[in-house]
Amino acid sequence: MTMQEDINPSAVDTEADASAATSAIAPERSAFQRFLTVTVGPIVAAFLLSAIILMLVGVNPLTYYGYILDRSLFSGLGLEQTATRMAPLLFLVASLIIAFRAGIWNLGTDGQFLLGAVIAAATAPLLVGVLPGWAVLVVGFLLAALVGAIWSIIPALLKAYQGVNEIITTLMMSFLGVLLASTLVKLAFRDPTTTVPQTRTLPVADRLPRLFDTSISSGLIWGLIAVILVHLMMTRTAFGLRLRMVGANPAAATHAGLSVPLLTMATFGLSAGFAGLAGASEILGVAGNVRANWDPAYGLMVIPLVFLARFHGVGAIVLVFFYSALMIGSESAARRLGVPQDFTLVLVASLLICLGLGEYIDQHKRKKER
Amino acid sequence: MGGLLTEAFLSSLFTGAIVAAVPMLLAGLGEQMSEKAGVLNIGIEGMMLMGAYMGFLVAFKTESLWLGFLGGILGGVLVAIVMAVLCVRLGLNQIVIGIGLTLGVEGLTALLHHFQFSRTYPRLPAPERLNIPGLTDLPVIGPSLFGRHLIVYLALIAVAVLAYLYRRTNLGMTLRAAGERPAALDVAGGNVLGIRVFATLFTGGMAGLGGAYLANIGAGLFIPFMTGGAGFIGIVLAMLARGRPLWVLIGSLIFGAALSMTTALQVAGSNIPTDVIQMLPFAAVMLVLVLFGRRAKLPSALGAAYERGAR
Repeated sequence: MTMQEDINPSAVDTEADASAATSAIAPERSAFQRFLTVTVGPIVAAFLLSAIILMLVGVNPLTYYGYILDRSLFSGLGLEQTATRMAPLLFLVASLIIAFRAGIWNLGTDGQFLLGAVIAAATAPLLVGVLPGWAVLVVGFLLAALVGAIWSIIPALLKAYQGVNEIITTLMMSFLGVLLASTLVKLAFRDPTTTVPQTRTLPVADRLPRLFDTSISSGLIWGLIAVILVHLMMTRTAFGLRLRMVGANPAAATHAGLSVPLLTMATFGLSAGFAGLAGASEILGVAGNVRANWDPAYGLMVIPLVFLARFHGVGAIVLVFFYSALMIGSESAARRLGVPQDFTLVLVASLLICLGLGEYIDQHKRKKER
Repeated sequence: MGGLLTEAFLSSLFTGAIVAAVPMLLAGLGEQMSEKAGVLNIGIEGMMLMGAYMGFLVAFKTESLWLGFLGGILGGVLVAIVMAVLCVRLGLNQIVIGIGLTLGVEGLTALLHHFQFSRTYPRLPAPERLNIPGLTDLPVIGPSLFGRHLIVYLALIAVAVLAYLYRRTNLGMTLRAAGERPAALDVAGGNVLGIRVFATLFTGGMAGLGGAYLANIGAGLFIPFMTGGAGFIGIVLAMLARGRPLWVLIGSLIFGAALSMTTALQVAGSNIPTDVIQMLPFAAVMLVLVLFGRRAKLPSALGAAYERGAR
């Protein structure tokens, strides 16, 4: 059932609920043991696997991991950077929770993210002084969500009314979106006062306010709210239940009288809209402008976290925290230890694979129990 | 833009189209086989990149292009083995593992390249070309159609061989059964998992070869992340070809032409930003999907792992 048989991502979710029920009946294997197999185990295994690769290229994994921890969690500035980095990742998590729970593979979040970022960067600096500060930010966020959603219309229509596999269409639109964003920066929204191809810069004073006396962007708070709201929407509202029904079994949802095409469109719109918000949160909170060819490619990297958290909002928030620490640490390690940041890709990949294996082991143990 | 139709422009357009088409053709042919057998191989981008990396490394160290191609095939197959074990034997989710493998190979090859070559990108010597007297000397199309590396013609032969295999042989039927009705194949005594493993490894080999061509012949060097979505385009080609190798060939030539516009327009001295030109192949894919997406035919058991007796 879980990750095994079904191409449908939402199957994992129903499985998690079902397993909670079975574990209540059969207490032989405690929830804690299950937690070890499907969460802690894969994480530890992924770090070990990546450590082997580090050793292969001649880097001491203990030094490397130690440096990352030291740099991202045990230093004040590092911790603040980690918290700030969480904001865009959290919006992306919200985007993916909606899509995956509704059975849609939105693999195009990178394109939606960047176009959202570019539109926010293009409009916000021009509105400063025209609108009050808070309104500038609201307009920036709304436009980013709108543009992100628009960028998903073609895959959404193709999926809803023609049944074209959205994995391919969203990936293609993502490649297109990344290139379009860079073109827009160079041709349409270029700051005429600089020689570097980039958009106008939003002054620091007009960006999202900092939290208290720290350098942490308040985008963090909005990101947390987004994930919690999305989680409650998907698990506690009738609308969320409808989306999950479509994800679990489109045929059954049709028979229950739901408009599957419309709900599919809604899923794409919401998911891509949150991806757009993620882009805006990075620009209006931290960067202030978009440079040409900028593409942090957060989208695909967040996928394993959402899976690891079993599409659960709170679980995902905890994982985003550690992941963002890893990013901040590895960025610093790239400068100091000379290990390219591409190493995080290896770590994320190991995590995805070990996660699948943990799931498989768990499945087998449960079969034996029956 | 006055000199757009000069001989140099047309020649570089044709040449570019073929050089760009071959990796996508090989990847598309490979993906076609695993899709037929019911495995949606999203990891093909990673297999291709590993093929490009190992293909380049072997060719660079041994100074032999043919050994390089072998290395490319090996690289692709290595990644495919992981895919086959996890997704076919253990039945893990093909999309999650596919993305994982692609990301992992991207990181791994970039990391290895960094520690081997630091920031330098050494080049291979220009490949030797097949020279057919008379044909190769034709103006414009001569050098582009008849002066390519032998591997290009081998790829064309592969199209014919695969078309024969799918239509006329037992193996072809078994592949289709594994993708359409795996349970029926199982009952008939066929080996569903075996045939799917074979198809996945074949995909890896073809994608790896395509990657090696991309690095060794197309670019003459290896750059991290150099496949840039060519493997994903291979998936689209396989989806739209409805199981026919010839259609993969036609599709790859169309996308190859779109890709080669980049270099050809640069030769012509156009000042359109490269970003816009790079969008062409992806825009072409989307256009084709919008127009013909409904007709894309995929095997009914695609993406679903097979477990005997399940449901």
